Amino acid sequence: MTAPQTPSSSGRPSAFFPHRHLLGIEALSADEIGRLLDLADQYANMAKDDERARRLLRNRTVMNLFFEDSTRTRTSFEVAALRLGADVINMSVGTSSIKKGETLLDTAMTLNAMKPDVLVVRHGDSGAVSLLSQKVDGAVINAGDGRHEHPTQALLDALTIRRRLGRLNGLLVAICGDVLHSRVARSNILLLSKMGARIRVIAPTTLLPGNVDRFGVEVFTDMRKGLKDVDIVMMLRLQIERMQGAYVPSIREYFHFFGLDYDKLAAAKPNALIMHPGPMNRGVEIDSEVADDINRSVIREQVEMGVAVRMACLDALTRPLTGEKGTAQ
Amino acid sequence: MTSQQQQQRPPKRQVRPLALVNAHLIDPASKRDEQGGVLVEDGVIRDIGTQITKHQVPEGAEIVDCGGHVLAPGLVDMRVQLREPGDEHQETIETGSLAAAAGGVTSMVCLPNTNPVIDDVAGVEFIARRARETKRAKVYCYGALTKGLEGKDIVEMGLLHESGALGFTDALSAIADSQVMRRALSYARTFDLLVVQHPEEPRMAAGGAMNSGELSSRLGLAGIPACAEVMMIERDLHLVRMSGGRYHVAHVSTAAAVDKIREAKQEGLRITCDTAPPYFSLNEAEVGDYRTFAKLSPPLRGEADRRAIAAAVAEGVIDAIASDHAPLDVESKRVPFAQAVPGVIGLETLLPVSLELYHKGLMPLIDLMRCLTCRPADILGLPQGRLAKGAPADMVLFDPDRPHRLDAEKFRSKSKNSPYDTRPVQGKVLQTFVDGRLVFTADA
Repeated sequence: MTAPQTPSSSGRPSAFFPHRHLLGIEALSADEIGRLLDLADQYANMAKDDERARRLLRNRTVMNLFFEDSTRTRTSFEVAALRLGADVINMSVGTSSIKKGETLLDTAMTLNAMKPDVLVVRHGDSGAVSLLSQKVDGAVINAGDGRHEHPTQALLDALTIRRRLGRLNGLLVAICGDVLHSRVARSNILLLSKMGARIRVIAPTTLLPGNVDRFGVEVFTDMRKGLKDVDIVMMLRLQIERMQGAYVPSIREYFHFFGLDYDKLAAAKPNALIMHPGPMNRGVEIDSEVADDINRSVIREQVEMGVAVRMACLDALTRPLTGEKGTAQ
Repeated sequence: MTSQQQQQRPPKRQVRPLALVNAHLIDPASKRDEQGGVLVEDGVIRDIGTQITKHQVPEGAEIVDCGGHVLAPGLVDMRVQLREPGDEHQETIETGSLAAAAGGVTSMVCLPNTNPVIDDVAGVEFIARRARETKRAKVYCYGALTKGLEGKDIVEMGLLHESGALGFTDALSAIADSQVMRRALSYARTFDLLVVQHPEEPRMAAGGAMNSGELSSRLGLAGIPACAEVMMIERDLHLVRMSGGRYHVAHVSTAAAVDKIREAKQEGLRITCDTAPPYFSLNEAEVGDYRTFAKLSPPLRGEADRRAIAAAVAEGVIDAIASDHAPLDVESKRVPFAQAVPGVIGLETLLPVSLELYHKGLMPLIDLMRCLTCRPADILGLPQGRLAKGAPADMVLFDPDRPHRLDAEKFRSKSKNSPYDTRPVQGKVLQTFVDGRLVFTADA
């Protein structure tokens, strides 16, 4: 391996992944998505103490910058970076200078001066991660911005499906629940469409974005109709504060009409997979038994694939630094 | 079919078939307007037409000679207040049903502004149970659109609809908050449910006691401008356009509102509306010497608006005529005008006062009957309101021409707050049938 280049910004995007940042699925081509999934697939098959992987990002700095609370995603990125041998620094909102009134861009400049190679950023405002990426030298991975995108979640969902069913093309996927507020839904709609899947969204009208039919999806407000013959059922989390009258009248009514239970699931294909990005609200959007069904639910597998996908993303974005090598070739 | 509808089937099999012969059949749904008869079995219309005469009925059938009078579907009244639970001293489901049967009304929908408010499944089930016990007119209800009629949080519309609520409304209050109304229409769209609005911009109407104009100025009463109505409708139309929901405007009272609704229908929006007899038969002059029985919400308007409402019913822009029955005790009305509670009773005057539109030559009888039967039934998603094979045998027999004088003291309603006391009218209900059962016969 060649000596690390400095500054990191001098590296041009690699041929393997010709983007400086991973801000969303929208900018990616089907080929690029396919390559990322192939790479993630190899990481998923690799032993977690693989020595070559452990050397890949040695002496590199990955900074997790979370302006919104997160345990799962932040930990998943942290584990991924550690398995690639990187130094990891976690910055969360509780300790950030945003609380002291510093603007987002000032924070970005400050952190940039510390020369992180990769910044993993989550922010509550749509577009905030993209804004930050314009002011830093390292690569930026969007770990969720507002209601906009959550690309690594869509990638890990796709990887989970691909490993189970062997393909994405031609599958019928239902995305159910709070589509309006969900960045996961947006990234998944984009990714799965690009990969040739057919998508349905199912939700009460109050939880559907305006003009959602223009996203190239079929829209349903009845679970039994919408789930008919689908291969994949993706449930979305409904925030507690949205079920008390503004968007949905009550938890009881939401679960009655939109909660995934065996009764509604009967409309889907007999072997349809059940997915959920977590954390689940059992008894709100999903019945406990369904969530724990070892034959149908791949919710735990999604978490496992999350680490592999994030290793692949870190690898792909640091190819200019690591000399186009990667480990999982 | 909702549980409420199922529960209102007759409790046991009717022994003898019933044949109503020598009738003038008027059924707006099928455009039938001819002499003939109706054969009823098990509470359902088995046959109908000119072929049914007293010589051609099944053996053992009970025969009713209609004497050439009009036999029409029982009236479907989409807006009543029955005051139960909570204000049983003003009306009960029992007395309200008696009044309905006397008025030829066989189905009615009560508003949720009771005490407690009908905003949960238990409330809807209570109304269904009381209606079942009463066994006269069929009684349905709307659910509140927002919890406690507070205009903030939407109710469990899906569950309430499954228990029998036919639509959702905050009764006498408009939803003032545009975002709440937007979400309510949008959420109702999920299950394709009807949202009914009381069209009045609340801040414009606040403190007002009668229609705003010269008369209110002379009487020294705070006015409610006519434009308060169209303002609310225009706002809602924008929201309906966004949500694609089913929207119904209750008791339309102004020409401006009629124009907006006509435009919206031409545009293809899913909008319907009703009015009540006072808005085409009375004007603000009724308030006269501070008559609180002429205090309504919305208020009686000027003569130009009254004429426009009558014309809009004839034109068909106004889909339905509802009684807007609002029983109130003496204490609510025998107070200074500004303090009086608005509202009038209407179940027993709905038909004769509506018939004025026909007698004045504004519209044919069959078109008028459409506004009172199949049109409101269709808006509410009810199978009745028509004389058709297989339909429930809910019927009214009436003489459209018989002159008489209305007498509030003889009304069955528990409250007597009618603005029509002593009014000479033409048209009298003779008999009323619900599921083939005779529930009312007029005194000779």
